[in-house]
Amino acid sequence: MNLLETLQIGLRGVGANKLRSALTVLGILIGVAAVIVLVAVGNGSSQAVTSSIEQLGTNTLTVRHGTFGPGGDGGRTQFKDLTVDDAIALADDVLAPDVQSASPVVSAQAACTYEGTSYSTSITGTWPSYFEPSNLTLASGTSFTNDDVTSSRRSVVLGQTVVDELFGSVDPVGREITCAGTPFTVVGTLEEKGSSGFQDSDDVIIAPLTTVQGHLTGYRSLDTILVQAVSGSAVDAAESEVYSILDDRHGTTDTSSRDYQVLNQASLLSTVEDTNQVFTVLLGAVAAISLLVGGIGITNIMLVTVTERTREIGIRKAIGASKSAILGQFLVEATVLSIIGGVAGVAVALVVTQFEIAGVAPVIMPVSVIGAFAVSVALGLFFGSYPANRAASLRPIEALRHE
Amino acid sequence: MTPVIALSGITKSYGFAETTVHALRGVDLVVDRGDYLAIMGASGSGKSTLMNIIGALDGATTGHYELDGINIDSLDESALSIVRNRKIGFIFQSFNLIPRTTALANVELPLLYRGVGRRERRERAAAALASVGLSDRASHQPNELSGGQQQRVAVARALVAEPSLLLADEPTGNLDSQATSDVLDLMDAMHDEGRTIVMITHEDDVAARADRVITLVDGMIAAERRNRP
Ligand SMILES: Nc1ncnc2c1ncn2[C@@H]1O[C@H](COP(=O)(O)OP(=O)(O)O)[C@@H](O)[C@H]1O
Ligand SMILES: [Mg+2]
Repeated sequence: MNLLETLQIGLRGVGANKLRSALTVLGILIGVAAVIVLVAVGNGSSQAVTSSIEQLGTNTLTVRHGTFGPGGDGGRTQFKDLTVDDAIALADDVLAPDVQSASPVVSAQAACTYEGTSYSTSITGTWPSYFEPSNLTLASGTSFTNDDVTSSRRSVVLGQTVVDELFGSVDPVGREITCAGTPFTVVGTLEEKGSSGFQDSDDVIIAPLTTVQGHLTGYRSLDTILVQAVSGSAVDAAESEVYSILDDRHGTTDTSSRDYQVLNQASLLSTVEDTNQVFTVLLGAVAAISLLVGGIGITNIMLVTVTERTREIGIRKAIGASKSAILGQFLVEATVLSIIGGVAGVAVALVVTQFEIAGVAPVIMPVSVIGAFAVSVALGLFFGSYPANRAASLRPIEALRHE
Repeated sequence: MTPVIALSGITKSYGFAETTVHALRGVDLVVDRGDYLAIMGASGSGKSTLMNIIGALDGATTGHYELDGINIDSLDESALSIVRNRKIGFIFQSFNLIPRTTALANVELPLLYRGVGRRERRERAAAALASVGLSDRASHQPNELSGGQQQRVAVARALVAEPSLLLADEPTGNLDSQATSDVLDLMDAMHDEGRTIVMITHEDDVAARADRVITLVDGMIAAERRNRP
């Protein structure tokens, strides 16, 4: 009796009870698909977060105003604002040789209208030096200039989402929009960056710092200062220069209770990557459990099948089927079920991962596809071997007497 | 010439201690090649137990059994499966065809387990089906066949591997008179071809077809007669 014939007998067994086989296959299918899809979602969200951090630039530091973290305000009474002078000081060539530029940033939420169309978005007030470290490039028109900043001109650059919402197909450059009652002239538009995970980076309006301060936010503290290091490898050096300059200017006595915080994108990135890895592993583990449950389903069904077909096994043994022939027959049945489930699961996963899931575009990890499929086949062999062995070990006379 | 069956001092008990049932209490039996033996006896007298031991489906508690000169007592399960496959053809009262499997595939099975190639298997199975007059039912499944037809398929399956010994446990017990005579005629024909047959029955007119009749009472051979030399 060769492999092909064993396979034929096994396949006939699978076909004999189609509903039951289909349900068993479904168990494996769900398990395999869940592993692949959930790992892809974890991987996709990890890539999204990583790329949104990378979009900010890994050679940048963000100085934020206020105290954060477990230290609280440490009993500190005096809070100094983050000011434009701080930004100028940070760009000092002598004290901060590793800092390329420092751009002050304020932002405000405002409703903007153009010919009756209204759209609410975030307006960022900053300097022209903000564009390069933020990886912003112009799609049309020009940026505003340092001169625009000095004279508080009402010139704005629009992100693609804002262009689409307000102008549709009309070219916005040179036209006027009104934000919070103030008219602004559109001087340029930004290249589309694409949404990076949780946040639409094209949903922005960028304007001269002084203009936003004058018309929208008032002259309160800056929200952040975006510091650009001279190179990726100079980020850490730049970070300590930022600390020493700002500590000095803000009169920090205790470094655990600063009135500002420096975010290092590179170190943030590695933290986030670690967290995401844990997240992906957890998702994969949950899915692996469902695959295991599918495997137990195979054992269950095969046990039922063996019990139900005890008499058939007896007949086969009476006409000379060897132990290994019976073992092969039931192992093939179990493995065929799991292979069909595995293939279908991979197919379903490939389809499902074409869509966004919970706002995340899944990115399939090839290893999860191969792994899930291999595990499903192994499950068939492993979980099928107990029932198959039971069938093969039945004594012919007892199997024949079975009603 | 070695006999096909040589049983000596065969006993078989089930259960232990006070619940022990002694199904066979010392059976000595020799069946020569070409003989047609009928085993009779009341229900519970041990006929099926004896048949199962002869068919190597079950082992005796004590005693010796040689089939075609092979000492069966000493064989392990895998050797026994080969013996069943090559030496014995079974016909059961309840037909025992494999469900959801065509008549032809059922008849092919003994050859499949023997390792006969696909083509030869097909041909021999088709010939065996033809010899029981069921060529036109080859692709029918058991539930599409009458009882008599099913039993004829079972006869074809028992024949196809050309065993030394044909064992039939009340083969006509579930059949009407027409089907009964069809099946018995087939067995007569096999006997005429020189096959050794052991058949259990409790009907005298069925037993009358055999050359030799033994009667079991309480697990022992109580009477023996020869219808024909
Ligand atoms: N598996 C078994 N377990 C216990 N007792 C059995 C078993 N098989 C048969 N017997 C007993 O052995 C005796 C002979 O049974 P059996 O050979 O089937 O009789 P027959 O076929 O002549 O009707 C009966 O008393 C029966 O109850
Ligand atoms: Mg009986």
